[in-house]
Amino acid sequence: MDFSLTEEQELIKNTVREFAEKDVQPVIKQLDEDEEFSLPLVRKLGELGLFGMFLPERYGGQGTDILSYIIAVEELARVDSSIAATLAAHNSLGIGPIYYYGTEQQKNKYLPKLCTGEALWSFGLTEPDAGSDSRGTKTKGLLENGKWHINGSKIFITNGASSISLGSTVQLVSDIKNNEKEYSTIIVENDTPGFSSKEMHGKMMWRASNTAELYFDNCIVPEENLLGERGDGSRIMLSTLDNGRLSIAAIGLGLAQGAFEMALKYSQERKQFDRPISKFQAIAFKLADMATKIEAARNMLYKACWLKDTNQPFAKEAAMSKLYCSEIAKEVADEAVQIHGGYGLMKEYDVERFYRDQRLLQIGEGTSEIQRIVISRHLGL
Amino acid sequence: MKIIVCVSHVPDTATKINLGADGKSIDNNGVTFVVNPYDEYAIEEALKTKESLGEGEVIAISVGPEVNKETIKKALAMGVDRGILLKDENPRDSLAVAKALADEIKQEGAELVFFGKQSVDYDNSVVGQMTAELLGFNSVSVVVDFKLDGTNIVAEREIEGGREVVETSLPAIITAQKGLNEPRYASLKGIMAAKKKPIDEKPAAEAKSYVEVVEMKRPAPKAAGKIVGSDASAVPELVRLLREEAKVI
Ligand SMILES: Cc1cc2nc3c(=O)[nH]c(=O)nc-3n(C[C@H](O)[C@H](O)[C@H](O)COP(=O)(O)OP(=O)(O)OC[C@H]3O[C@@H](n4cnc5c(N)ncnc54)[C@H](O)[C@@H]3O)c2cc1C
Repeated sequence: MDFSLTEEQELIKNTVREFAEKDVQPVIKQLDEDEEFSLPLVRKLGELGLFGMFLPERYGGQGTDILSYIIAVEELARVDSSIAATLAAHNSLGIGPIYYYGTEQQKNKYLPKLCTGEALWSFGLTEPDAGSDSRGTKTKGLLENGKWHINGSKIFITNGASSISLGSTVQLVSDIKNNEKEYSTIIVENDTPGFSSKEMHGKMMWRASNTAELYFDNCIVPEENLLGERGDGSRIMLSTLDNGRLSIAAIGLGLAQGAFEMALKYSQERKQFDRPISKFQAIAFKLADMATKIEAARNMLYKACWLKDTNQPFAKEAAMSKLYCSEIAKEVADEAVQIHGGYGLMKEYDVERFYRDQRLLQIGEGTSEIQRIVISRHLGL
Repeated sequence: MKIIVCVSHVPDTATKINLGADGKSIDNNGVTFVVNPYDEYAIEEALKTKESLGEGEVIAISVGPEVNKETIKKALAMGVDRGILLKDENPRDSLAVAKALADEIKQEGAELVFFGKQSVDYDNSVVGQMTAELLGFNSVSVVVDFKLDGTNIVAEREIEGGREVVETSLPAIITAQKGLNEPRYASLKGIMAAKKKPIDEKPAAEAKSYVEVVEMKRPAPKAAGKIVGSDASAVPELVRLLREEAKVI
């Protein structure tokens, strides 16, 4: 067993850390305050080569392994979750399905643009009446005269309504036979007539990320926009989520790491009763527990990535990592605020944003309850 | 044109340094090493110069132990074409480092060499100039602006309270100061490409070290600050202390 990172992974980690500290940290408080999505930061992520980084060079990727990608998300989230989420959603949910299921023609058409960062792609599964129950979606796409006629709507779609959002991969009901719905996955470009999108505002967390509602009002796309096999839509979406879970877990891990570092530093600077509060065992033990949880979370997540990188089944471990990393992110952020006392509740301190941002992690891409269902199914229950 | 950039591998200024058991070296355990920050400006300037010429090769050279390859790798990831490690597992003084570098620069036949203005580990700030002297090259140190036109160089140096404009010509050694440029990130493309770039490894040319480190000590703990008052009436006393005691105004 070898736990060391390769030279490339080490360099990627350092580059992303440097970028997050120099380019994200100085602007993020204001973006969060204004609930603003930052195109300049997206461009820079593209210039660094982070978009589609695990794709081969022929599609515009950098040919890295999945672990490198996960480390990149972790390092961004150590400084800010919104920017980490923008990368994670674009790579795992946007680029992922096209790369894994697209025809050569579809890949060549979209992937190079999606890798430079000039365009973003989203994943439209969730609907107002279908979240955890992903087979409860109602948006229809009926094939008539060689075209898909789409009607319905999607909600909470990350990267769906920015000025550079090029399109999305959506799960549609493509037929109903004997009361059984058939699901297919269809590519819809945002400039298709009948398509519209609206940015959702008033978010408590990930305020600098783009979240959208998508509307399909007799939106018509060509038959060849089908991604993968007809009727295979639900499986495609669920396997995409297996990959996505790794990146949500990485956001949890990075967020926990960042909150822990802030708490550690603050505890050594803040004095009460004539000594740094870190000298009180009650505080030191909190920090010891936080560090232990982070260590366990990192090992679990990196192992899940190793399984994927070595072409072994990883869905169970991905669900476990997503569950564990997002749960400890909550615990660590909560204790980090506690260690900051009253200051931890003020916007002036980054830990306040981390405390809000962690809350999505136990809900998005499958709630903690749903992760436990996935894990228990893997246990044969 | 062949451009050389000399790089050193130093402890990250943010890591806590512990002294080794012998009392005259640092304990490398748990210390993170990085590219010497001033060398990053040197690397950037070398790359920019090559890019503006539209041709050429940038070579990174480091003198020291095997681990210095990490720093060479970072330079390759930033865009340097190839690396050379002049290997010596034992510490060397500045002159012995300069001799190894001068020897290699001569063999490569390069006429433009960039250094950081100093290495943040030993802070001697002399290797660049010593190397220039050994090679008989022109040398401009603490450079914040650099222009190459044919074989002519116009450089701006940072001096106390201002800038000095210097003209010289190739062959030359330039030592970089913060402000010379904004070093690029090692992009993922650069990092992945660095895997295929060669690092040539050879023993550093023999050279005697004249400087021997006999002891290393921690600096004395910082003295406590002084509070002269909390309202406007304290200003005259504060000004007096700043002028007479601290001598900063
Ligand atoms: C910021 C943000 C970004 C998002 N990005 C995307 C995106 O890019 N693409 C996309 O398709 N979706 C996206 N989502 C949607 C997200 O995946 C859903 O919110 C999530 O799956 C939960 O669905 P829901 O909100 O409808 O909650 P519900 O499914 O209504 O769940 C409500 C509660 O009931 C529980 N529950 C439901 N069913 C069960 C059960 N069987 N057993 C036990 N408990 C159960 C849940 O765990 C939860 O606690 C995003 C959401 C947010 C907030």
